[in-house]
Amino acid sequence: MELTTVWFILIAVLWIGYFVLEGFDFGVGILLPVLGTTEKERRVMVNTIGPVWDGNEVWVLVAGGATFAAFPEWYATLFSGFYLPLFLILVALIIRGVAFEYRGKRPNSPWKAWWDRAIVTGSLVPAILWGVAFANIVRGVPIEEVDGRLEYVGTFFDLLNPYALVGGLVTLTLFVAHGAIFIALKTDGEIRVKARALAERVGLAAAVVAVVFLGWTYISVPETPFAVLSVLAALCLVGALLANRVGREGWAFLGTALTLALAVAALFSHLYPNVMPSSVDEAFNLTIDNASSTQYTLTIMTWVAVVMTPIVLLYQGWTYWVFRRRLTVDDIPEPADALAADVKRREFDAADAERVG
Amino acid sequence: MELDALDLARWQFGITTVYHFLFVPLTIGLSFMVAGLQTAWYRTGNEEWLRLTKFFGKLFLINFAMGVVTGIVQEFQFGMNWSTYSRFVGDIFGAPLAVEGLLAFFLESTFLGLWIFGWGRLSRGLHLATIWLAATGTLLSAYFILAANSWMQNPVGYEFNPDTGRAELTNFAGVLLNKVTLATFPHTVTAAFMTAGGFMAGVAVWRMARRPAIDRGTYKMAAKVGAITLIVAGAGVVLTGDYQGKIMTEVQPMKMAAAEALYETSQPADFSVLSIGPLDGSEATDVITVPGLLSFLATGSFDGEVAGITNLQEEYEQTYGDLVPSGDYKPIIPIAYWTFRFMMGLGFAGMLVGAWILWAIRGPEAKGVGTGRWTATVAILLPFLPLLANSFGWIFTEMARQPWIVFGLMPTSLAVSPTVSGGEVLATMIGFTVLYGALAVVEIGLLMHYIKAGLPDVSREMADSPDNDGERPLTFAY
Repeated sequence: MELTTVWFILIAVLWIGYFVLEGFDFGVGILLPVLGTTEKERRVMVNTIGPVWDGNEVWVLVAGGATFAAFPEWYATLFSGFYLPLFLILVALIIRGVAFEYRGKRPNSPWKAWWDRAIVTGSLVPAILWGVAFANIVRGVPIEEVDGRLEYVGTFFDLLNPYALVGGLVTLTLFVAHGAIFIALKTDGEIRVKARALAERVGLAAAVVAVVFLGWTYISVPETPFAVLSVLAALCLVGALLANRVGREGWAFLGTALTLALAVAALFSHLYPNVMPSSVDEAFNLTIDNASSTQYTLTIMTWVAVVMTPIVLLYQGWTYWVFRRRLTVDDIPEPADALAADVKRREFDAADAERVG
Repeated sequence: MELDALDLARWQFGITTVYHFLFVPLTIGLSFMVAGLQTAWYRTGNEEWLRLTKFFGKLFLINFAMGVVTGIVQEFQFGMNWSTYSRFVGDIFGAPLAVEGLLAFFLESTFLGLWIFGWGRLSRGLHLATIWLAATGTLLSAYFILAANSWMQNPVGYEFNPDTGRAELTNFAGVLLNKVTLATFPHTVTAAFMTAGGFMAGVAVWRMARRPAIDRGTYKMAAKVGAITLIVAGAGVVLTGDYQGKIMTEVQPMKMAAAEALYETSQPADFSVLSIGPLDGSEATDVITVPGLLSFLATGSFDGEVAGITNLQEEYEQTYGDLVPSGDYKPIIPIAYWTFRFMMGLGFAGMLVGAWILWAIRGPEAKGVGTGRWTATVAILLPFLPLLANSFGWIFTEMARQPWIVFGLMPTSLAVSPTVSGGEVLATMIGFTVLYGALAVVEIGLLMHYIKAGLPDVSREMADSPDNDGERPLTFAY
């Protein structure tokens, strides 16, 4: 197999890893005010993803870095072309990351309420925009040759076409369903029941928009591998919802994970051998050949990926094993550290005020 | 008014990178120092080490979150604002970035998650190992990103391919073992330890000055660890900086000439500690001069020859012709001159404060640490000395490389994204700046909150035996 194809597949794998992993923690973030009606429930929710969300997010950094290294032309055209959506994603990821870390550092409600808003917005925006971005990549965007380089010549609003917006709804609903099932898998008690019920409703909605989106894609360019992978993705979603209904959350989670993996695989199979087709003229398509790095660079990168990826999977997998136990609201202790710190800080300020007074 | 995307993209890179690098050195240094404190607790069982671990661990995490989220911007920015650069160097520059993610980011994020949520859940030895692994991740990350940056200062291990119009990798080991990387990595890492040492010592002394009766002995331990780290790392910064200066003179002589505003090639060349005047070569207005010192910094010999700006400009015109469209091969001299001095001056000032702290905390009562406003002010300013020295060091490194984005290969003016408008760059720049400003206020507020709260009570953890068989879900850290 050509190394350019190997790297096309590896980048697909990195995006699969990202969507499967960060997909559920986006879902948990979006559902925070929906399933978390009390502070304890919200704390259960953020603590289910607490140890892992940052590691999950690294998948997108590696996907970006690998695209830069293996297909510099793709990286350059995509990142400069999808400028404002990527900016919005960055802002979202910034406030979301800080929110997870800072939310529990003060015990008072307004502080937490603000960070909760940051978590919801910071999860919602990328959950939609990644879908919009991928749909646009698959559909083709205005790319033309400018000074000998294949550049995106469209505008921000060209990216907000109906097909892409449906794509955004697909990732949104799938991530929310995936997240709801994750909460059902990782918690116990009332919140688990609520999460399962919600997963069913959102999962059905996801199934509808996903079928519309994948069907639309197939009708525009009918391709057999894409059709097979899409049908498999749909079947996994149905399986996930059935497993969820009978309370087999582990299988349900595996089902939504496979749905996301197969859907991403379907889109990449549809893309191949292009990486970013032009809607203007096929001659301006970015392909695995005209966008790639040299054989030498790809060879080195392949060695690094082959050695490191299994190790990363091993220790990330171990993390999930260490924190495998379900959380319940009864487990949630008082936020002793934050409360004690608050009291001591107030004492400190009071002593200062006394000294001045 | 026409908005210039090039200038704005440069400002955006400057703002976001300098901001990001406020958190990076603290993350690198504090991860190891917190690991050290926890190791001291693990080996001695002394509760005070655990309290310090928890206290500085909290401050470390508040800082780490900011470093992580501002780091994502860095990786996206090359493609967003500098797409022509990305196309030109992607074959070389992308690899260290990808390897950094795969080797370092996964390691630090995963094991830090285990450390935060694993208290009392993992055995004490295993839990200790997680913070060391996370710390190792920060160090690996530094190496690969510095290898990428060093390639921009001194491109090696590549070939220009006229067919593809880009630089292509021919020797990956050569890129990783670039002599500029080998000089820059120890300089940056020792500076990171200086920053973290200054932070720890500053916080501890501030506590001792403001609340002399509370946990004085424990804060004294931290002040000592911090001050010693600051001074030892500071000595390392001086030695590695000296070495780096010689490498820099060799590969980027214009940068060294700009650092001194040395217009005419001189042998020996003097170093001006302070200067007034325009620094444009029209009049010599140095106030304090050390004879031969620039020669020593640049060549290792007090009467070595140091090339001057005017001579180098002529030489570069010959070598590069009009590769840089303006034909001007000089960086902005006053910026190079002053950032070089601010970097060194602030670094030395930090070491002096460190020495004073070691003197002040001597004896069981640490009598030298008074309760006056002066002591508290010096303590709170101490972390900013190495922090700002780092910023000036990077501004010098990047600004004095101009007009090049990759030295000798690609001018900065030809590297921006051609399809991104000035308005778009301005909009995102305002967005990032406002967001970063707001987060800085929150972060400093939170740091002060926990510093004022002081050392936590750890009787619970001391009495606790870790639970490895899965009975306990995790520590509810969020």
